[in-house]
Amino acid sequence: MNKVITFQKPVYINATSCVGGKKESEGPLAAGFDSLCKDDYFGMDTWEKAETEMQKRSLRLLLEKCGLKAEDVPLAFGGDLCDQITSTAFAYRDFPMSFLGQYGACSTMAQSMAAAACMVGAGYVQRAVAGASSHFCTAERQFRTPLAYGGKRTPTAQWTVTGAAHALLSDRGSGPMITRVFFGRIVDLGITDANNMGAAMAPAAADTIKNFLRQAGRQVDDYDRIFTGDLGKIGSTLLKQLLQKEGINLHNHQDCGLLIYDMENQNVQSGASGCGCSGCTLSAYIMPKLLKKEYKKILFIATGALLSPTSSMQKESIPSIAHLVEICAGEGDI
Amino acid sequence: MKITKREYKNMAQKASPPSHLAKNCLWAFMVGGAICVLGEGLFNFYKNMGFIISDSRLLASVTLVGLSGILTATGLYGKLAKKAGAGTLIPITGFANAVVSPSMEFKAEGLISGVGARMFIIAGPVIVYGVLASTIYGIFLYFVMPMLR
Repeated sequence: MNKVITFQKPVYINATSCVGGKKESEGPLAAGFDSLCKDDYFGMDTWEKAETEMQKRSLRLLLEKCGLKAEDVPLAFGGDLCDQITSTAFAYRDFPMSFLGQYGACSTMAQSMAAAACMVGAGYVQRAVAGASSHFCTAERQFRTPLAYGGKRTPTAQWTVTGAAHALLSDRGSGPMITRVFFGRIVDLGITDANNMGAAMAPAAADTIKNFLRQAGRQVDDYDRIFTGDLGKIGSTLLKQLLQKEGINLHNHQDCGLLIYDMENQNVQSGASGCGCSGCTLSAYIMPKLLKKEYKKILFIATGALLSPTSSMQKESIPSIAHLVEICAGEGDI
Repeated sequence: MKITKREYKNMAQKASPPSHLAKNCLWAFMVGGAICVLGEGLFNFYKNMGFIISDSRLLASVTLVGLSGILTATGLYGKLAKKAGAGTLIPITGFANAVVSPSMEFKAEGLISGVGARMFIIAGPVIVYGVLASTIYGIFLYFVMPMLR
């Protein structure tokens, strides 16, 4: 059984940063991004290099916001969707800190944050960076068909966010803080359709939420909002239905996959997805509200579908995971 | 979770909206039909220019493939295909798109291991099973049909 980790001393989120691409610049959260680039190549010559550049820009912005140099941060956790998480590893060529690559598919932001929080919370390091990125074009290349290939998207498909996000966690500060983390376990209810990730991931989110609330002795009402990473329209509906069966009414739920794009006009079918989806929404939308104390206490739960192109072709069902981070606006809100 | 895989499958199916069948079929019919009309126009054009019928057919196909290649490179074919679906997939232009799009995409991995190796990543199965089907048909036509007469 997975176990809730409660920090004796909260771990502060000193700052977050996020960088997005063209479609993100046309979405409702554009104003919350630190930097947006209309050119999805970010001045590079391949999509993979573009994703790395995006991560570097976000990391530089994060350090700038905190008034730190790369040398001041001892440890970083991060990942992306590319094979061997190259976009992330290559970005850290320019940042001399211990680096622990993470792969949790679209749950990577929460996984990195939770892992970093543990290292800071336990006192092993004073500061740590947590981050994640995804790029629509690298993900399409890796998981689907070439970009110029003419194909119709199914209504259940989700659109991979082009974005990188980072958070600087520290043992000192004043603002929003992480008070608990809960690493999810693998859940697989037999969905095989790789174009319906929301349906594949909803059971993992339900499992994490249910077990967290029970173990931590909390109620849904204790939180101003419960955010999931990228369940989209279908996954969000299924999450609520699954929890309803467990006697939990998830009335304050929002999904990052339904916030980052204009669902009516941006042609994203069931919503957004990708590591960048939850990461950028956290930085561009959730953090400002925590800083303004509009939210006192939230749950940030990023979900990941742990499939590969090979496993899909071999008709395997999609195992999923959901990692949870509890964030409070200030000391008084714990 | 107090739910079986079968129960969840039903739940997921209910929650997932189906494709708009009528709208998609209409788009596919109109665009696919338009491509065929264009092919017919090209065929007549070449015939009127004095080419024999088999050459005119060949030239019409070649022109459509060329056009599809250019439209794929400019990104227009993909945009049209998002609406037209099978209407742009089935005609010969769809086959051209399936070859040109990976060629463009894998340019970054070089001419040999990128473009060369990946060019037929989508069209490959069509070629393999197309050749297989025509071989079976050929055997049937050449050996079996005479016996049935």
